[in-house]
Amino acid sequence: MSALVSIRNLHFSRGDRAIFNGVDLDIPRGKITAIMGPSGTGKTTLLKLIAGQLVPDQGEITVDGQRIDQLSTKELYALRTRMGMLFQSGALLTDLNVYENVAYPLREHTGLPESMIRKLVLMKLEAVGLRGARYLMPAELSGGMARRVAMARAIALDPMMILYDEPFTGQDPISMGVLVDLIRRLNDAAHLTSVMVSHDVPESMSIADYICVISGGKIIETGTPEQLSASNNPWTHQFIHAESDGPVPFHMGAPSKEVDFLGIDE
Amino acid sequence: MNWLASIGHRGINVLRNLARALLLLLAILRAPQGLVTRFREFLAQLYSVGVLSLLIISVSGVFVGMVLGLQGYYILSRFAAESTLGVFIAASLVRELGPVVTALLFAGRAGSALTAEIGLMKATEQLSALEMMAVNPVSRLLVPRFFAGLVSVPLLAAMFNALGVLGGYFVGVGLMDVDAGTFWAQMQSQVDFNKDIINGVIKSVVFGVICTWIALFQGYEAVPTSEGISRATTRTVVHSSLAVLGMDFVLTALMFGD
Repeated sequence: MSALVSIRNLHFSRGDRAIFNGVDLDIPRGKITAIMGPSGTGKTTLLKLIAGQLVPDQGEITVDGQRIDQLSTKELYALRTRMGMLFQSGALLTDLNVYENVAYPLREHTGLPESMIRKLVLMKLEAVGLRGARYLMPAELSGGMARRVAMARAIALDPMMILYDEPFTGQDPISMGVLVDLIRRLNDAAHLTSVMVSHDVPESMSIADYICVISGGKIIETGTPEQLSASNNPWTHQFIHAESDGPVPFHMGAPSKEVDFLGIDE
Repeated sequence: MNWLASIGHRGINVLRNLARALLLLLAILRAPQGLVTRFREFLAQLYSVGVLSLLIISVSGVFVGMVLGLQGYYILSRFAAESTLGVFIAASLVRELGPVVTALLFAGRAGSALTAEIGLMKATEQLSALEMMAVNPVSRLLVPRFFAGLVSVPLLAAMFNALGVLGGYFVGVGLMDVDAGTFWAQMQSQVDFNKDIINGVIKSVVFGVICTWIALFQGYEAVPTSEGISRATTRTVVHSSLAVLGMDFVLTALMFGD
């Protein structure tokens, strides 16, 4: 099984802060790979690096055989028409209604006649269960609906890969269930490759084929959900089982209790 | 030495921002085909940037003209020169007040809105989403807005001038009994088409570019948080106003210094 995305020795920093420090990762074709880790570990940054919105300081990122950091803008845009990305907020264009949002990539990149665009848009909306919401404006949608419309938009051009940025954050249990189900179904029905960044452990464990846990700019562990729940690595164990104390301490570094509570100088 | 370092640091920051702004302007000017392919977007922007600014521009034009009529009459009548009131009003409006006040109002009314709109699109990841859909946000969003501003400001200034002259006429002729014939005849003979009107139009085109450019740059480079957008909006109005007033002096010196 070949890897659709392969990352070798990735280094990336913002200002003086190193975000990634030598990351190696392969994302297999046709599977759902979840990239997990606590907030602020650069999970979204990793997605942007894969999509070519950011350029690595060092290392290689290859998507479908192409070195993403060495493509010209034109080649990069051509590659992006084969990728979809679901942003945390949905990122629908607020001046267009649901129908026009889904039709937007088709209008931009294909010369299809209006009747064909209509059929495609309604099919994509049907796939996410929102054919009835076509005339609503983005402001009239709930968070979960906006994400589903954004999903329909992401699959409008039948991409080879979809990148999901925190798809479950801030969802009620019902829309969470809908999204979990949709990600799995879309992946299998359209033979996609899905890359999902998340810190929602149970949801991600339930649908991902592979999980990759990152922290502190490095990959801690990679494996199937079963392998990771049985992991002996203390860090993975703390994260997967949501324990409050462990390698990531409950207490933030502070002066000793004697100094703070009793006023004793050491 | 710390203060020296901080001055240097600020200087470098200013230069870096100027360079980024120039690059953005170049990117906008290099993609004018966006104007043809997105003509409907251009028309929509022309409406929201231009047509919706008409009210404030018209009302201001009338009042500025009326004040000019009143002040002009008080001063000119002391020298028994109230027959030149029409020239006084038209020349002040066409040469200076029309382009400058229109640009200042435009920066406050439309420039700030442009900055907030683009900044909010950035904050809600719409700009990233466009990039991910392989659509260049500069040509989709900035090009139509830039050219809408470029076209709107001269037209708004023309409107401001026309209504200003009418306001001045109303006060001078209507209330102060200046002779209507001399009011118009003096204006017609003394206001020069090339020297006054064309120069005024050039000014308003330049101001249109400056105001829209600053507004789009501030929005595009805004820190994508509510505080960042509010700062960017403020900067748009402050920078546009200062740039317009400074540029007005330079242009006036170049145009009218015989």
